Amino acid sequence: MRYVTVFLIGALFGLGIVLSGMGNPAKVLNFFDLAGTFDPSLIFVMAGALSVAIPGYALIFRRRQKPIFGETFVLPKARQIDGRLVGGSAVFGIGWGIAGFCPGAAIPALGLGHGGAFIFVASLLTGIVIARAIIRADFFGATPKTAGQQKI
Amino acid sequence: MTEFTPLLSFAGGLLIGLSAVTLMLFWGRIAGMTAILGGIVPPLDRDWAWKATFLAGAILAPAVLAVSGVKVEFDVPVPLAALIIGGVVTGIGVTFGSGCTSGHGICGLARFSKRSAVATVTFMVFAFITTYLIRHVFGGF
Repeated sequence: MRYVTVFLIGALFGLGIVLSGMGNPAKVLNFFDLAGTFDPSLIFVMAGALSVAIPGYALIFRRRQKPIFGETFVLPKARQIDGRLVGGSAVFGIGWGIAGFCPGAAIPALGLGHGGAFIFVASLLTGIVIARAIIRADFFGATPKTAGQQKI
Repeated sequence: MTEFTPLLSFAGGLLIGLSAVTLMLFWGRIAGMTAILGGIVPPLDRDWAWKATFLAGAILAPAVLAVSGVKVEFDVPVPLAALIIGGVVTGIGVTFGSGCTSGHGICGLARFSKRSAVATVTFMVFAFITTYLIRHVFGGF
């Protein structure tokens, strides 16, 4: 039963993405093309989603101590705004502007059966693996402890 | 050109919002594609099973739509190399940025997270700049 609900919730997400136009790279890139073939539709996707999610979340967190299937609401704990958040988001924005797919749009687009979505998702997964390898190797020396131990 | 579709886009947005709210209500989780997809990339998350199920629903529902003959506008106006480079760059960015449009742009904003607000403004601005540069400075693909 638990897994039936999450399947249906995923289906809702997938339908919303393809119906809204988020899953169509041509539409997404036109949204970004303010100086050219601008199509403002996607601002309505954000408006629609937030008009449900803002009151929905507020109601859930006010009325319930825990979710229906589970002991706690699992929410991100990070609070700091750092270079990793901003830099990562900037890099994502560049990728989004190049291909016209974001991850949440590309997955449902797989269901439409066009080759482009498959190529994008394969590349996306490769990018995730690369990023994890960089983080694991502490490539940027971001961990203060490691930096402190460095010998000159 | 793509057709301006405010009503259909708003309706699709409502479904996405409903998905985010029901996932929180039933499972207590954020409907962020970066974390959900990342969970099924080896090494698998301990809770990969619900993530895989969510992904299955998100892929199969549009497939049913397409098979049943509903016309869904879809066009990839970029060459193969742009899909590959854009995909790899996106994968790196969302992993470092801890989220994408669904996680930061919808779920994060909906719970008034400052981090998500900063992330959303950042990736939107960079997407606008990138598209501008590609189409109007370098002459497009």
